[in-house]
Amino acid sequence: MKCAVPDPLNDQPTVDPITLAVLAGRMEQIADEMDATLFRSAFNPIIAEAHDASHGLYDAQTGDTLIQGKSGLPIFVGVMAFAVKAVIDKAARDGDLADGDVYIFNDAHIGGTHLSDMRLVRPYFRDGKLFCFLASVGHWHDLGGAVPGNYNPSAREVFQEAVVLPPVRLVRGGIVQTDIIDIILRNTRLPQSARGDLNGQLSALDLGVKRMDALLDVYGAPTVSSAFAQLGTRAETLMRAELAALPDGRWEAVDYLDNDGITNEALPIKVALEISGEELTIDFSGTAPVTAGPVNIALPTTIACCYVAMKHVFPSLPANAGVMRPITVNVPENSLLSADFPAPTGGYTETILRMIDVIFSAAAQALPDRVVANAYGTINALSIAGTKANGQRWVMFSFYGGGHGGSLESDGLNHGNAPISTATIPPAEILEAAYPVAFRQWALRSDSAGAGMHRGGLGAVYEIELLEEQAEAFLFGERGRFAPQGIHGGGEAAKNHFTYQTDEGWDEPALTSKMVGIPLKRGQRVRLEPPGGGGYGQPEDRAPDAVARDVALGFLSETLADQTYGPAWREAAPKDDAA
Amino acid sequence: MSIIGVDVGGTFTDIFTLDEASGEARVAKVPTSRPDQSAGFLKGVESTGSDLGSVRTVVHGTTAGTNALLERKGARIGIITTEGFRDTLEMRRRDRRATWGLRGDFDPVVPRDRRLEVPERTLSDGTVETPVEITAVEQAARDLLAMGCDAVALVFINAYANPTNELKAAEALRALWPNPHVSVSSEILPEIREFERTSTTTLNAYLQPEVAGYLQRLEDGLRAGGLKGEFLLVQSNGGVMAVGTACRLPVRTALSGPAAGVIAAGYIATTAGYDDVVTGDVGGTSFDVSLIADGQSALSAQTSIDFGMVVRTPMIEITTIGAGGGSIAWVDKGGLLNIGPESAGSEPGPVAYGGGNDRPTVTDANIVLGRIDPDQPLGGRERLDVEAARQAIDKHAGLPLGLSIDDAAEAILTVANARMAGAIRLVSIERGHDPQRFCYMPFGGGGALHACALVEECGLARALVPRFPGVTSALGCVIADMRQDFVQTVNTTVAALDPNDLAKTVQQHIDDGMGLLDASGVTFEARDVVVELDMAYAGQTHTVAVPLPVMVDAGKAIRPTAEAIGAAFDKAYKAAFERLLDGGVRRILNVRTSTIGRRPKFDLSTLAPDPNAEQAKPYGSRKVRMGGQWHDTPLYERLALPVDSAIEGPAILTQPDTTILVEPGFRATVDTLGNLILERQAA
Repeated sequence: MKCAVPDPLNDQPTVDPITLAVLAGRMEQIADEMDATLFRSAFNPIIAEAHDASHGLYDAQTGDTLIQGKSGLPIFVGVMAFAVKAVIDKAARDGDLADGDVYIFNDAHIGGTHLSDMRLVRPYFRDGKLFCFLASVGHWHDLGGAVPGNYNPSAREVFQEAVVLPPVRLVRGGIVQTDIIDIILRNTRLPQSARGDLNGQLSALDLGVKRMDALLDVYGAPTVSSAFAQLGTRAETLMRAELAALPDGRWEAVDYLDNDGITNEALPIKVALEISGEELTIDFSGTAPVTAGPVNIALPTTIACCYVAMKHVFPSLPANAGVMRPITVNVPENSLLSADFPAPTGGYTETILRMIDVIFSAAAQALPDRVVANAYGTINALSIAGTKANGQRWVMFSFYGGGHGGSLESDGLNHGNAPISTATIPPAEILEAAYPVAFRQWALRSDSAGAGMHRGGLGAVYEIELLEEQAEAFLFGERGRFAPQGIHGGGEAAKNHFTYQTDEGWDEPALTSKMVGIPLKRGQRVRLEPPGGGGYGQPEDRAPDAVARDVALGFLSETLADQTYGPAWREAAPKDDAA
Repeated sequence: MSIIGVDVGGTFTDIFTLDEASGEARVAKVPTSRPDQSAGFLKGVESTGSDLGSVRTVVHGTTAGTNALLERKGARIGIITTEGFRDTLEMRRRDRRATWGLRGDFDPVVPRDRRLEVPERTLSDGTVETPVEITAVEQAARDLLAMGCDAVALVFINAYANPTNELKAAEALRALWPNPHVSVSSEILPEIREFERTSTTTLNAYLQPEVAGYLQRLEDGLRAGGLKGEFLLVQSNGGVMAVGTACRLPVRTALSGPAAGVIAAGYIATTAGYDDVVTGDVGGTSFDVSLIADGQSALSAQTSIDFGMVVRTPMIEITTIGAGGGSIAWVDKGGLLNIGPESAGSEPGPVAYGGGNDRPTVTDANIVLGRIDPDQPLGGRERLDVEAARQAIDKHAGLPLGLSIDDAAEAILTVANARMAGAIRLVSIERGHDPQRFCYMPFGGGGALHACALVEECGLARALVPRFPGVTSALGCVIADMRQDFVQTVNTTVAALDPNDLAKTVQQHIDDGMGLLDASGVTFEARDVVVELDMAYAGQTHTVAVPLPVMVDAGKAIRPTAEAIGAAFDKAYKAAFERLLDGGVRRILNVRTSTIGRRPKFDLSTLAPDPNAEQAKPYGSRKVRMGGQWHDTPLYERLALPVDSAIEGPAILTQPDTTILVEPGFRATVDTLGNLILERQAA
């Protein structure tokens, strides 16, 4: 299957480069402001704190991403184009699209990512003509399904993950269809949170419309329209220039997912990067076929993830679909990277993190200085759920952090967020105030960093004790069997490690990194230890005083220091810290 | 008697002296001394010829704290915390430096071997689960002293909900710590969120020895010079505090200097009849913007001094973008002209300074277009190298864009102005303010060159250039009120709130705040108390600030009703997001109280031009390029212009501390206070 993004029509007058720079800034500001509106008014911490949401402007005909906010979730930059296209197709079929309409849906097979992400798409009209689309996407707290929070590692079909909503009109010509809202709210464990997030997304879209009106009043539709086209061409030119500066060749890498949540069988994700002149092919041939469990992703997610990986390697590229024009993505038929409805896709985050890892590992061979080693590679969606003494249901759902990879310039960041997100973690005090738990440890994890000239960042240790009579825990993680990789001779990081207490003592999931329905009693704990990041460069090139410092700070045990770096550090004084 | 305001900036120390009897104001500028700024400070005060014995108040806006944070030059300190949480400072909120690229690491100001844990635990509802083990606290303190620590931060988990364990530990700690540098989280910030509280408390401890030492040297010097009046510091919230408070809470000086400038800007504009102001400070590497609406400057709850260095304390909201005079212009591979974020700063500086930088900056564009006089640049520099600036613009902007040097220079300013306008829009339009109501006030040296362009670009009503833009911050020191901010997390629903408890907390804040006002020895015209709740619907983590004027009457806290709180929340929430949530549960996270002592204001008309001044004539002319054409532009001495002068653009007005560009289509008039008002000419 081949997928390339088409060239838009370019029949408008050209905008001078100065006005273009001004307009690009203005429109980016509009998207940023939409992001901020939703973050501040959202009802669930996954949007409010973790910023698992995004807003942008999209092409009226193709749905291509024209402008996207800087603060939203990186993966949405590429994926929302498909969501808008789904609405364009649907409207074309129905034959009507009116000013004041807003479509809503979460169907991941046509819109990408997973069912937790609720998408709102609003056509923007100017002088009675469709001008572009505005869209808002955000990760809702709960949309039904078998597992609270919708990370169900044992789902075999989307129907066990969450309610599936195809693109439908939530607002018709400015009139909200309350029937649709009733359907949604009846299908969630947390209706108030859902209603609040929906309000926030509608407010963000309202604001976008207001700001676009003001912008077009000043610059006029023809100028802004041709600016859209030129920004796409510029993005393409930038990408081509980056690629042209690289040597031609083919570089491969493979890594594995632990399992699909049902059968404990490793799943290869394989990539070959082929650079030829100013074009790039990203070929996933050799990747595992579609799986029974929910580590599949739909094709839109795969394309979007390639964009995320490229943007990490070339950070100055704009958030515009033009970047993908010189790039061809090959995905084998029936692959877990091109799963069809109703294959489950709830764990898409884990799969795309592995895609980014293999793309980095392959790209590192072509661009030794510009690529970093693997980050921790799993978001570790851990939920603990129960019912309080007063009968109130609670679901504590969060993603947990780990180490980033080492780079040419420095060690990896300790306890960072995942490459596909910019999520911050809620403070322990906020979680303890909201849910009946106590964190007994919230710490950096010793001996978790991949060794290297610049070591990886450290992973973490979170130990959580239940303070209510009983609850159940659910984990959807990865990297329990295959460690994050180093590059240029750097070592691998420690694997993900999850344990939980039972009456008989500490136990581990049979599937290492995934488990549903772990029963917990008052006083029992779960312990999650996410990986560190991979190392950069040969460990023997690490300065002995830097090794000595890691030992002095307890980041590295003496035994492991001797094993990986040899005895030289014992003669060195620990490197002085900055303070 | 007189009042002296002193602002110590990176290059100059500005002194503003006001004789209260005669109303006479004097300004002085001396070079900032390094590394110890107190020498320059004292020399500057001396240079004004003031008799310190007749000085009632010395007020200081300082960047000592900011610089110590940015340059990582605080003290060697340790942290004592709850078992299981020693890495909080280093783990941050699990963020990263930049969204894209995944590069860079983070070194916290306290490394792990100086972060020690002790057995103790309080739960989120305030229950003490494990009482603190005092012998462990004492041992930890001795260990930190043995490691050479000068200050210590004490942070226990959930201490916002019940500080008992923390205060017991603090007592033991203070008993054996050899100096007063003990920072305790529940004393500094009794607010939920352990990372923000840990970071703020830690940075306070980090600054304490340095800032307290500096302030002590200053106070000793002033007293030795005969000062009997009080010595006050400007805080980041724009209010002043006594020197004793500043030594205890140095983290509150993090934005002291810029805050004083914003306070002055607000006062000048309000006095001139404009209550809605956007201030803009064009520095070497950045453009700082702040908004004053209805005479009130916006406060933000926290700020990041640098990656991972969060200070949570109310601060004048200052939005910074990387577009200053030294910002470098470059054309990317896609053919688009960009400004910054890379900057040549003041060292090596713009190309024309001849300091070794060969890439064009915003200042270079201003020089090439004749807007800055190459023969008499500000800041006492030698002659500027115009030709070098032209060549750099040609090479890095003109050739890649296919433009002439002059056109490329104008393009650089167009893009730079667009970025600055973006920052102004961010604080105005994006917050729901109509720009047509606002007046733009540039302060600092570089701002007035861009004033007309920004008025045009943002659709602002006008610009106001104060009479002495270069000493705005020092002037702010003289007029700032005394202010203390308090916060307490309450974390309850409106329905479950005990209004008596809330009133008790607020009364405690009022008593503490008034106590500090009393102890300061300052005379106040009035005292105010402002109460605000941080509220949200249950489930939300971001709060809206809900003003609660019904809570205070004649300086006493009044028990509020649940209905009044609910109604106040609905009003504030609706203003922010337009939609309320039917049946949503309303929750109160924090209560914030500010106590304000209003200091007497001085009469700005004392700064006004000499009423007998003659109508000013141009002292020369220069070719200046604006709007694609070279204009023969008359030059005026700004300070010699009498009240009611009107000058039609194009014109350039010069004064020792700034250059003002009046673009074609604009008119500059001098108001009765000597401010220069720039407005579009009537069509």
